[in-house]
Amino acid sequence: MIVIRAEKLVKAFDSGEDKLVVLKGLDLNVSQGEFLSITGRSGSGKSTLLYQLGLLDHPTSGTIEITGVDSGKLSDNERTKFRLTELGYVFQDYALVPDLTAIEQVMAPLLMQGIERKKAEREAAEALERMGLGDKLENIPAKLSGGQQQRVSIARAIGHSPKIIFADEPTANLDSETAQVVLKAFLDLHRDGQTIVMVTHEDEYAALTDRVIVLADGIISSDKTVRKSGS
Amino acid sequence: MTNGKTGLFHHFTTSARVGFFLGFRQVKRSNMWTTTLIISVMTLTFLNLVVVSGILVGLIEGAVEAVRGRYTSDVIVSNLAEKTYIERSPTIIESTKALPWVEAVTARYVEGGTIEANYKTKIRQTDLSDEASTVMAGIDPVREDQVTGLSNLLIEGTYLEPGDYDKVLVGALLLKQYLDFEAPGFSTLDNVHVGTKVRVNIGGNFREVTVKGITKSKVDEIDRRVFFVDTQLRSLIGRNDFNVDEIAIKLKPDGDPVVVKEALLANGFGAFAKVQTYEDGQPKFLKDIKATFALLGNVISSIGLAVASITIFIVIFVNAITRRKFIGILKGIGIHNHALEIAYVLQALFYAVIGTAIGLIILFGILKPYIAAHPINFPFSDGILVATASGTAIRVIVLFVATLIAGYIPARIVVKQNTLDAILGR
Repeated sequence: MIVIRAEKLVKAFDSGEDKLVVLKGLDLNVSQGEFLSITGRSGSGKSTLLYQLGLLDHPTSGTIEITGVDSGKLSDNERTKFRLTELGYVFQDYALVPDLTAIEQVMAPLLMQGIERKKAEREAAEALERMGLGDKLENIPAKLSGGQQQRVSIARAIGHSPKIIFADEPTANLDSETAQVVLKAFLDLHRDGQTIVMVTHEDEYAALTDRVIVLADGIISSDKTVRKSGS
Repeated sequence: MTNGKTGLFHHFTTSARVGFFLGFRQVKRSNMWTTTLIISVMTLTFLNLVVVSGILVGLIEGAVEAVRGRYTSDVIVSNLAEKTYIERSPTIIESTKALPWVEAVTARYVEGGTIEANYKTKIRQTDLSDEASTVMAGIDPVREDQVTGLSNLLIEGTYLEPGDYDKVLVGALLLKQYLDFEAPGFSTLDNVHVGTKVRVNIGGNFREVTVKGITKSKVDEIDRRVFFVDTQLRSLIGRNDFNVDEIAIKLKPDGDPVVVKEALLANGFGAFAKVQTYEDGQPKFLKDIKATFALLGNVISSIGLAVASITIFIVIFVNAITRRKFIGILKGIGIHNHALEIAYVLQALFYAVIGTAIGLIILFGILKPYIAAHPINFPFSDGILVATASGTAIRVIVLFVATLIAGYIPARIVVKQNTLDAILGR
């Protein structure tokens, strides 16, 4: 089943008098349960593509359907709600809110979904425990290492059981040992059937995913299935 | 329609819940010194709102209260314009004393005259007399003290005794040492102190009397008077019928001046005397000044409110701008704009509530009782701090509304920015 369908995707930015076209009519389908990695050189449009697919930005033209919903027909508020319920995000710099403890970071989107506080607390704790952070629930980001912060970020992304997780270079700021831990977390999630779209510039990490697409000059220059999803 | 309304209600309750969740933690984990500083600004703003106008109004209120406490008391009965005294005074006094709300009554004989000093040292007959026009008041020292506390207004000497003969209290405004400027029509006596002999002249009747005390009340009517024991003045003006010129009535704490006035008028005393509450008896200029000062206080308070609003705006704006990235992240993960706006508005309200609470404690716990016990010594009144519960409540509401708006606008500006731009810091 296709969960992401992007057709003729174009993204252009104003750059003075010229237009900088980053995505040039790109087509992409992602199946449910697939672990897709997007690679390419710097400036190839990897993150831009992720932001379009993750509904954090609007494409200049083209369509994006996520779980059968045409994102172009969603209002800003509907997009926010859609992100809340259907999608999860992991950012390169962890993107944690400095005032919130680990458990509160994960609880916030759950509460926004209208989940009762006790239940949200329980589910957030479970997500963090799954990331091996059961003893760090009350720590604010400043009291966590980079790897721990990224795992909190993953816990936040999976806390509400989203259909798709988007990860933007989640290991870029981590040393290789910590990066392995974070990647293992993604692989574990994928093993449980989670659809993941990850941008990475590390070929060795991309090789661990089901499918690798390479972007170059705003188009997909290579699309290789490394292994069948679930195998 | 109902579902729409229910959905909307659910959305706002959820947004409010998340807004509170985020706002509370933001305040809880914010820098203590910054929080203290902002709360201090709010406290000072609140005090500025209440105290400045309160002091301005209190300055006049102090004068009004002084006239009430030291001159008219709660109800004042005086002669009709066409009469020189209050007819049937003894009946009116006895009826007044019988009213259940009345605590004490004092009757005064009042007559115009002059007071002269230094007449023994006048060298030539043609030398100008050291003389001042005044109002002579004959009082029962005990009753007058019960009603107006005249004995407490002495700045020199001692109070009158019922048996005092040819002894007087002189108002400070009649003496040069207490009024060091020359005002046309207001001459003063030089070198008059306790024990000095002065000469009074009432309608050609002269009597030499000794100054027993000097009164200063900040009420011109009192400070321009010469007080005699009533029997002394009565003999001097030749009044034998016990009809007086002023009756001041002090009420018990639960007594209503209007009720007493109505009771006296109902007895038909309006035909013989002018019956006024202390408010009726207030000079119009005092009422006008009171209104003017209240307006002035409100203008100053409004400026204070504007400053507070701008302060809150800047605080929330700077806070929101520096946290723009995190606002973007929260929006990115699906936190609704309303929840984020509520978080900042709650934060602003937190500062306002705590600042106001501290302000209220300072106002009603320290400032008001202190100033009541130690009035501000203005030249023409003992200034008090007027801060009524209703007036203060209105200012609290105004401050909260201003804070709400000042907190909401910057939050709205920042929250409305593009989510991805905020996350990426573009």
